[in-house]
Amino acid sequence: MANFFNEMTAFAGSEDGPVREHYREFGAWLARQSDERIERKRAEADLAFRRVGITFAVYGDGAGTERLIPFDTIPRIIPAHEWTALQAGLIQRVKALNMFVHDIYHDQNIINAGIIPARQIYQNAQYRPEMQGIDVVSDIYAHIAGVDIVRAGEGEFYVLEDNLRVPSGVSYMLEDRKMMMRLFPDLFARHRIAPVEHYPDMLLENLRSVAPGGVNDPTVVVMTPGMHNSAYFEHAFLAQQMGVELVEGKDLFVNANAVWMRTIRGPKRVDVIYRRLDDDFLDPLAFRSDSSLGVPGLLSVYRAGRVTLANAIGTGVADDKSIYPFVPDMIRFYLSEQPLLNNVPTWQCRKPEDLAYTLAHLHELVVKEVHGAGGYGMLIGPASSKAQIEDFRRRLVAKPDGYIAQPTLALSACPTYVENGIAPRHIDLRPFVLSGKTISMVPGGLTRVALEEGSLVVNSSQGGGTKDTWILEE
Amino acid sequence: MLSRTADHLYWMARYTERAENIARMLDVAVQTSMLPQSQADTEQAWRAMLGISELQQAFDASHAELNETNVLAFMAIDPANPSSIVSCLTAARENARAVRGVLTTELWETLNGTWLELPARVAPDGDPSAFFDWVKHRCHLARGVALGTMLADEAMVFIHLGTFLERADSTARILDVKYHAVKESVTAELLTQREFYYWAALLRSVAGFEIYRKVYRDTITPARVAELLMLRADMPRSLLACMEQVVSNLKAVRNDVSSDTERQAGKMQAQLQFARIEDILEAGLDNTLSRFMQDVYDLGNRISRDFLVPLGA
Repeated sequence: MANFFNEMTAFAGSEDGPVREHYREFGAWLARQSDERIERKRAEADLAFRRVGITFAVYGDGAGTERLIPFDTIPRIIPAHEWTALQAGLIQRVKALNMFVHDIYHDQNIINAGIIPARQIYQNAQYRPEMQGIDVVSDIYAHIAGVDIVRAGEGEFYVLEDNLRVPSGVSYMLEDRKMMMRLFPDLFARHRIAPVEHYPDMLLENLRSVAPGGVNDPTVVVMTPGMHNSAYFEHAFLAQQMGVELVEGKDLFVNANAVWMRTIRGPKRVDVIYRRLDDDFLDPLAFRSDSSLGVPGLLSVYRAGRVTLANAIGTGVADDKSIYPFVPDMIRFYLSEQPLLNNVPTWQCRKPEDLAYTLAHLHELVVKEVHGAGGYGMLIGPASSKAQIEDFRRRLVAKPDGYIAQPTLALSACPTYVENGIAPRHIDLRPFVLSGKTISMVPGGLTRVALEEGSLVVNSSQGGGTKDTWILEE
Repeated sequence: MLSRTADHLYWMARYTERAENIARMLDVAVQTSMLPQSQADTEQAWRAMLGISELQQAFDASHAELNETNVLAFMAIDPANPSSIVSCLTAARENARAVRGVLTTELWETLNGTWLELPARVAPDGDPSAFFDWVKHRCHLARGVALGTMLADEAMVFIHLGTFLERADSTARILDVKYHAVKESVTAELLTQREFYYWAALLRSVAGFEIYRKVYRDTITPARVAELLMLRADMPRSLLACMEQVVSNLKAVRNDVSSDTERQAGKMQAQLQFARIEDILEAGLDNTLSRFMQDVYDLGNRISRDFLVPLGA
């Protein structure tokens, strides 16, 4: 059971050892709390989240199903020096990823140098030939990245995936903090917890900084697929927090080589669109013609450099499990630096020898679809039945280049409230990295927790919960 | 503000107001039906009720018999009838949900709370009057919470526009339909007992009975009822009071294309403001009312075109 890194207590033989330094104050506080107080606070948090409607729509679970994401009141604490190292690694990684996307849509040096095979790019559904040779403001493509970080083994950090398309979850990061401050103000007096509440301001500033050239006071909007999208709450939340309009495709139109929104005072020019829908749905004239969510003609205005989309069209080419294994090489290639963050060792099933290894070790590996996301379409060998493994084997053999495999990491765990008290549950961390004129982020990110005992899947669509994340200033 | 946002706010308010007005009409109809009257009169009264919302055809298509139970079920709780109270409250909530970021948390929670409680309130063996009271109360609450918590900005203007345009339409419809039922008594100075109850019920349905007593301190005459509901600026549900609100709110959101709409609304207001009830009755109350309802309909279309669903660029 104790065969994983515990965030709060050091490992000592088969038992939990002493509380780690950065959890000492919290642990002492927790020991003084009565069960009744904690229970009352947990009920208060539940009620508040439901009333405000911080919910998540679940796909394929009956139309209009709204569910609360469970919130756990034990924070995930990271000491400042660990965060400083993580942050440096994140900045390095996102910088290289942006350079990679720019390179792919321009000179393709990395292909010419033989580091990434061309077919890995051209066969990628996220590659957009429309972007070839197009310049975007400051050469930034991934304005908002949600990089998933896990801790394994003795506590080393690994990057699990780089979410560069429309990463979500930042509203939970902000709401979790607000909730913790409301429930336990005494804790904030005892700790020096780095604030995160300024994220919307940073985001707005970042978006304004990438407006098309020559625009003085850019108009920024958040674009949502609509109220039936699973993350609609977050879209509305971010628009409200930034004080900008939340638009749907039908609120926008293209005229005179510019994008406009329909307002009660007539058309208003839009300069920056923080879009929360995939490339495919942005412009029915260019991509999926059956999309009623997009804006006809948007791509042509975008290509002319007269509107900024965040993230850029075609960024997904770098956010794919088949490209992921190459990120350390990108860092070396573009920055001439050694990667600061670890990649998880990955077998690329398109390679015959990797496929053979994977097929022989299915019961101990995690197998993922290269284009999958959200915890759907993956196999966790050690936790799967024989039938599930055999089913995946057939799929792998039929389409090897659709899959990668990774060792099943013993994710770190954090004490969490469960039915019978407190027990360790596996967690990950999603910091939100903003790229504009500079690369910035608020300290920490969203900690997700797999609430089922032994489960490694933290996705909210799969029953995961969240925790407040504290970076302790020294 | 986005046109779509304004559109949702406007319809959120219209549907809330509509739900309340239907509840008011049905409530009074239930009370009136307890008075002694012939079978034909009862049936006629319920048919008139359907007529107010232009629902006779839809009702006949799905119901064999015209009676109190069927009309109440159809107009109050039938989700297949887009004008039923249940449909209106649901539509109000859906419109609110689409723009919840623009609403205060309290307003959203009020509208959402009404919707969440609705299934428990429409129990088939429930007391209709209790249901109507609850609907009226929830609509009062929504309006009060909006006034008490929302910033007085453009969002509030479109909420007002929806409320008062809907209310103007509703008061005119009630008056029109009732008038047709007792045409012969309109100029009477002394009413029969049946006619008295009829006009009293009409007043009650717009919360005007007590106001009438206070304003006129006299017996009920159709002419004065019509005057109260059409021309009194201090009667909150009168046509004039509603039009004054529409005019001032339109002015607050004036844009490049809305001058014609403002002129139209101003004209409607002026016609009421400077009218005398004697002249209206002489020209025919029904003529005035049908023109007014047509004007309200046109005004709604103009507001849509100028602000809510502008075409192209």
